[in-house]
Amino acid sequence: MIEAVGLTKRYGDKTAVYNLSFQVRPGAVTGFLGPNGSGKSTTMRMILGLDNPTAGHVTIGGYPYRRLPNAPRQVGALLDAKAVHGGRSARNHLLSLAQLSGIPARRVDEVLGVVGLQDVAGRRSKGFSLGMGQRLGIAAALLGDPQVLLFDEPVNGLDPEGILWVRNLMKSLAAEGRTVFVSSHLMSEMALTADHLIVIGRGQLLSDMSVKDFISANSADFARVRTPDTEPQLREKLTSALTEAGGQVLPEQDGALRVTGLPLPRISDIAHDSGVRLWELSPHQASLEEAYMRMTQGAVDYRSVADQKAGLQQPLPPGAQPPMPVPGQGQPGWYAPPPPQQGGQPFPAPQGTPGPYGAPAAPGGQPSPNPYAQPAPQGGAPGGPAAEPPAQPAQPPAQPAAAPAAPATAPATNPTKSEDAR
Amino acid sequence: MSTPQHPMPQAAPEWQAAPGSPYPTYTSPIPVVRTTLWHAVGSEWTKIRSVRSTMWTLGVFVLLVVGIGLLAGAVVANSSADASNANPLELGFFGLLLGSMCVITLGVLTTASEYGTGMIRTTMVACPNRGRVLAAKAIVFFLVAFVVTLVSASLVAFAHVAMLEGEGALEPTGEEWFKATVGVSLYIALLGLLSLAIGSVIRHSAGAITIMIGAVLAPLVIALFMFSQSLKDVQQALFEYSIPNQLSIFYANSLTDSGPSGWDPLWIMLAVTAAAFAGAVALLQKRDV
Repeated sequence: MIEAVGLTKRYGDKTAVYNLSFQVRPGAVTGFLGPNGSGKSTTMRMILGLDNPTAGHVTIGGYPYRRLPNAPRQVGALLDAKAVHGGRSARNHLLSLAQLSGIPARRVDEVLGVVGLQDVAGRRSKGFSLGMGQRLGIAAALLGDPQVLLFDEPVNGLDPEGILWVRNLMKSLAAEGRTVFVSSHLMSEMALTADHLIVIGRGQLLSDMSVKDFISANSADFARVRTPDTEPQLREKLTSALTEAGGQVLPEQDGALRVTGLPLPRISDIAHDSGVRLWELSPHQASLEEAYMRMTQGAVDYRSVADQKAGLQQPLPPGAQPPMPVPGQGQPGWYAPPPPQQGGQPFPAPQGTPGPYGAPAAPGGQPSPNPYAQPAPQGGAPGGPAAEPPAQPAQPPAQPAAAPAAPATAPATNPTKSEDAR
Repeated sequence: MSTPQHPMPQAAPEWQAAPGSPYPTYTSPIPVVRTTLWHAVGSEWTKIRSVRSTMWTLGVFVLLVVGIGLLAGAVVANSSADASNANPLELGFFGLLLGSMCVITLGVLTTASEYGTGMIRTTMVACPNRGRVLAAKAIVFFLVAFVVTLVSASLVAFAHVAMLEGEGALEPTGEEWFKATVGVSLYIALLGLLSLAIGSVIRHSAGAITIMIGAVLAPLVIALFMFSQSLKDVQQALFEYSIPNQLSIFYANSLTDSGPSGWDPLWIMLAVTAAAFAGAVALLQKRDV
């Protein structure tokens, strides 16, 4: 059991973790998610007593780590795959840790076998690949056969076989009644491994719930509707008809429509009544990854922008688009990450293709679909995103950009979500 | 979550086996041992013997001390100059002065390399008692440095006495022997321990080594350029208390006639190292790893 209460860490005037409270329970794999730089590793280090919190406290089994009796037998941690002396062999590295923890030396060969490094045990870890380094780090975490295990990005650099192995290892460790706390920025990996999720962004708690709840709360079904490409006016017609019927319609990159708030048969009926032929009407579920990205989009610190090559190329003619990833595959243009061509604009147009139907698509609470972390939304955002966040928790000072994503359980910026909200 | 009833819990804390706990628990079949400083010493011994930098620095150290020592002995023995009334042990000074750089390097690396590689976080997770880790490093390093210096210095001393026997050199007294072997080895090992403490404070190998080499050489170099009469006293003090001069006192061939004498250098170094070590422990407890 790990318990954090009001955990805060500041480095100078930079707040890495702010007022973080959570519990990690035994018998389950708890995923710890957040974008790069959101404070995951800092939190892990505070749990392990390496960094002293500026405020608040964190305990393991009721003790702060540094006062935990037999700490290495209670807690095992993989913090950084390269946190070893490269000049030392894997076996000697683990042997020194075993001696430090009062663990019999034969345990070293056991864990080397568990992680599959027995053949390279005598080699200096400097020559290890990232994946082998991760395995060595996992071996060190398992050395004390501890009740509580912390893993910081354990699957980094592992091959598919290794990822599967780690996934099963986490689950089996939790099944033995241990507390397993795994940080990652890979939602897809966590969706397969974790039972419970703690999501942070900009050092603050965004969500603390089971994976099942997270999925039902954050990922919504939508229907993809495609009208004949040859007749754009049909699409507009259908859009307005669906909107009138209470649905929300978002255009996708390739000309299809993403409809939420209406069941499939109803969409079909409306299309039939308006005399619009359909080329596609298919059900889809937004992936957990999308839900996670939507939740954290306002809290992303390090976001890439398009390589503009400013002034080095001819401006694209209006309407011409650089090639886009296939929509509906987890990165459609209407939420994070922003489509490349929008990167430089302070207030991107909804689709990058502001077609004739783009802007007016959703009158009722339809948010401007790009409430990204640009500072502007505070004042000028349209109804949707600006209306929901008033209940947002205290912001860390001077982080206006986090605003749209702050309401943890109600990602207001999620268009597909609003059907639940009504 | 059950809070522990006893301030000093046994091997397995209360919460782990708390009956009626709403959560499942796991108890390892591996017996739990209450760890002590000696576990940490064993661990540090494994660490120091399992990296090449230890072998390199100590190898170069022995090479310098023994090589330069024998070379100096051979030159003096074969020179026409009269070696009578000279103390043959004094010839060991030059090799040891150069060799001290290796001990400084090893001392710094013992602590600072863990910061450079990130190993320190692994170590501190395995042993949250930070003072114990530093103490174990100090014990292991001090013993290694002392034994290696003692062996090399004694070897060179015996060689010098044997080489200059026929040249009319003085027969060293028991105390001279003791100072030129055990005394100087203690001094060098303490100098290395000071480097270890500085390495723990600076947390950067190259930076700490530079500081320590500067501390050894700078006073002499600075003193060389103090021509002004008004600085005469300062210059004198810098000469007398510079580490090379302190080292030479163990061979009774001090560069100056006043200043520290006898066993003074050892006490000076002991005090400086103790202060640095206390500072290192205090910082280690306070700072983030």
